[in-house]
Amino acid sequence: MNEPLLRVENLAKRFDGIVATDHLGLTVESGELHAVIGPNGAGKTTLISQLGGQLAPDSGRIYFAGSDITAMPMYRRGLLGLARSFQITSLFLDLSVLDNVTLAVQAHAGHSFRFWHDVRAEKALREPARAALARVGLSDRADRITSALSHGEHRLIELAMALAGRPRMLLLDEPMAGLGPEESARMVEMLRALKKELTILLVEHDMEAVFALADRITVLVYGRVIATGAPADIRSNAAVREAYLGEAEGTDHA
Amino acid sequence: MSAALSFRNLVVCALMIALVLLPVYVKVSGNIFVLTLFTRIVILGLAAVSLNLILGYGGMMSFGHAVYLGIGGYAVGILAHEGITSGFVQWPVAVAASAAFALVIGALSLRTRGVYFIMITLAFAQMAYYVIAGLARYGGDDGLTIYKRSQFFAPLDLTNKTQFYYVCLAVLFGAIYVTYRLVNSRFGLVIQGSRSNDVRMRAIGFPTYRYRLTCFVVAGMLCGLAGALIANNTDFVSPSMMYWTRSGDLIIMVVLGGMGSVVGPLIGAVALLVLEELLSGFTEYWQIILGPLLLLIVLFARGGIDGLLAKFSARVGA
Amino acid sequence: MTTLFFEQCLNGLQFGLLLFLLAAGLTLVFGIMDLVNLAHGSLYMIGAYFAATLTAWTGSFVVGALFALIGTLLVGMVIEVIVMRRLYGRDHLDHVLGTFGLILFFDELVRLIWGPEGLSLPLPSWLNTSVTIVPGFQYSAYRLAIIVVTLAVAAFLYVLVMRTRVGMLIRAGASNREMVGALGVNIKLLFTLVFGLGAALAGLAGMMQAPILTVQIGMGENILILAFVITVIGGIGSIRGAFIAALLVGFVDTLGRSYLPDLLRSILTPNAAATAAPALSSMLIYLVMAIVLVLRPEGLFPAVRK
Repeated sequence: MNEPLLRVENLAKRFDGIVATDHLGLTVESGELHAVIGPNGAGKTTLISQLGGQLAPDSGRIYFAGSDITAMPMYRRGLLGLARSFQITSLFLDLSVLDNVTLAVQAHAGHSFRFWHDVRAEKALREPARAALARVGLSDRADRITSALSHGEHRLIELAMALAGRPRMLLLDEPMAGLGPEESARMVEMLRALKKELTILLVEHDMEAVFALADRITVLVYGRVIATGAPADIRSNAAVREAYLGEAEGTDHA
Repeated sequence: MSAALSFRNLVVCALMIALVLLPVYVKVSGNIFVLTLFTRIVILGLAAVSLNLILGYGGMMSFGHAVYLGIGGYAVGILAHEGITSGFVQWPVAVAASAAFALVIGALSLRTRGVYFIMITLAFAQMAYYVIAGLARYGGDDGLTIYKRSQFFAPLDLTNKTQFYYVCLAVLFGAIYVTYRLVNSRFGLVIQGSRSNDVRMRAIGFPTYRYRLTCFVVAGMLCGLAGALIANNTDFVSPSMMYWTRSGDLIIMVVLGGMGSVVGPLIGAVALLVLEELLSGFTEYWQIILGPLLLLIVLFARGGIDGLLAKFSARVGA
Repeated sequence: MTTLFFEQCLNGLQFGLLLFLLAAGLTLVFGIMDLVNLAHGSLYMIGAYFAATLTAWTGSFVVGALFALIGTLLVGMVIEVIVMRRLYGRDHLDHVLGTFGLILFFDELVRLIWGPEGLSLPLPSWLNTSVTIVPGFQYSAYRLAIIVVTLAVAAFLYVLVMRTRVGMLIRAGASNREMVGALGVNIKLLFTLVFGLGAALAGLAGMMQAPILTVQIGMGENILILAFVITVIGGIGSIRGAFIAALLVGFVDTLGRSYLPDLLRSILTPNAAATAAPALSSMLIYLVMAIVLVLRPEGLFPAVRK
């Protein structure tokens, strides 16, 4: 019996009277791509923030690789192998692409009170950074200034930064946000390739991508899990249909 | 930073060489005034380089940086007044006092951001100004005369203008080199990342506060050293050295020269002070040009002189 | 003893209200246009210089002051159109640098036109007298006039901001300027008017303090920091915050300078007290600001919710 890589038990979070996470429980098995979907306001980003450590839950427990990480600070989760990407692109726009990813590596490579040696010559940082960039296909852009790249490329850098620390598991918060059809297809292929090497928790609105990639899907409504299962089961689940079709328009954001 | 033979790099090299050879020119031409002027330029260049560490690279807009000129200067002045004239005591005290002050101010100020940070650094600098101005024993508002320059081992004699110039130049070049290594190190990348997007830095796992505080202290120390040099240069220190508008002058040098490189501020110091000399020869109201000039730079040539040189280099393909 | 205390309290009130005029303009401009204007002190100086000159020309204190007010308002609006419009939306660093350049420019311009010596603005005889507030307690008529005028202006500002359409736009702009623009309001005009208003307030402060304190180059720089401190303590964008912070600063500074030396003398040796007193008195305001920022980093009544 394999212990799931990520186990969330009874997680709860309120913001001033609004329940964002409502006794949420889910598991993610090692090696699977587990998608989390739900209508707007379902609390998906709040969930990811609690898993990543940006937000502290009010109650409940989070276990990763057997350890209780509920109260663990952000950077230590990174050291354990849990990495997160962000929904709203937040990069170092005036630094080079390679520098962006290097920083992500550097964060987990010991302290940075090193004042003398050229950071750009440090193999221990440069090699993982270049490797991460290669995985997302941006090797030829490494030395450009980040602000010069397109939004789609920014989302890829975002992914590269999450990969830079060689995580065991990725928490991806809407990696397709704002991407056009071509770029979305590229991202889907990227994630399909990554699936083979890592465990992924994917929050997304893009249903095509979700149903193409997910091994299991969890549906969230108002912070509560209303269904978990294989894609086919979810598609035919009555409660899910109601949650989505009960909404007026536009639940299928592509 | 490529060592390419670009136009911009050639200009910078030429400037450094000119600074080294200056006393030779002075000897030949007999124009002592140039030596005095450039000693001042070199010292203020040092102060500007130290400011750029936190301003250009760190994104910390401090409007109280001139305070370290005062602290360093008064360390030398007060010790000299009390009979301690050894440079080996005075200068380390100047640097240590600046470090201590920077540590306290930085620890409190770096919890704020943006305009609040500007105001609080300014306020702390003014506090120091008022404290020093209130020290009647050390001259208060009128300032303090220094009768004996910092003493080191013979044959080093700081009253010898040429020797003193070379001491200042050596300190400046040393500081530029140290700053260069600093900004290209792991530490430097963290500082720049923090300037670029501090929230993201913390999200990916950097406790940025401690790095920025360290940077703030280092910058303060370098500026304190500049203060010690000024005290020796003018044989006089006064509270006006740290009035907030002096911090403004330093910021002008940094922006005029260019915040994007380590030598930019030096270029700015040279440009500003030489311009000052030339223009004040024409009219006593030359500052009326400086104001709008600064405004124009902010609006149209944000990268300063160094930025313009780099653009020109790229255009020419040099 | 108590009359001295009342006098100092009134002085503190008067100083605080004067600072409020200055800080109100600053916080308005910052809150609505997100513009850090270091040259605000220059407008303060220009108001004083205009008043001194125009009062001498026209022979009347009130007429001169009125024309000076209009003059400062116009200068403010011209600056807004020529310079400030190009700074909106830029980094605060750009604002600080650009407006610092304006300070240098105005200081030199004033020196060019009026010379380096500074001017004086003598009080007309009907103001240069004392008023009996309570039997046995006399107070300077002019300082009283300052209190009355500034309170009237504060009331006017309150009515303007809270009760008129323009004021509503101002308040809306302070919390969400994109929205206000999106609603089709002539933002450019609004900004010019707001900046002009700020300039007029600064000029008024400058000319009112002129007979008591000074009319000289660089006077703006000295008082600007106090105005910024008040803005920061009060919370950027909040006029109410500026009012309360200004009064706080006015009282702390005035009463501090009056009573701190005596207080120190009772605790420390005369020598130490003599050394510490002037420094501490000057520092008091900054200590207050530091304490406020440590406890409430956004100031006491932050208006801007971003």
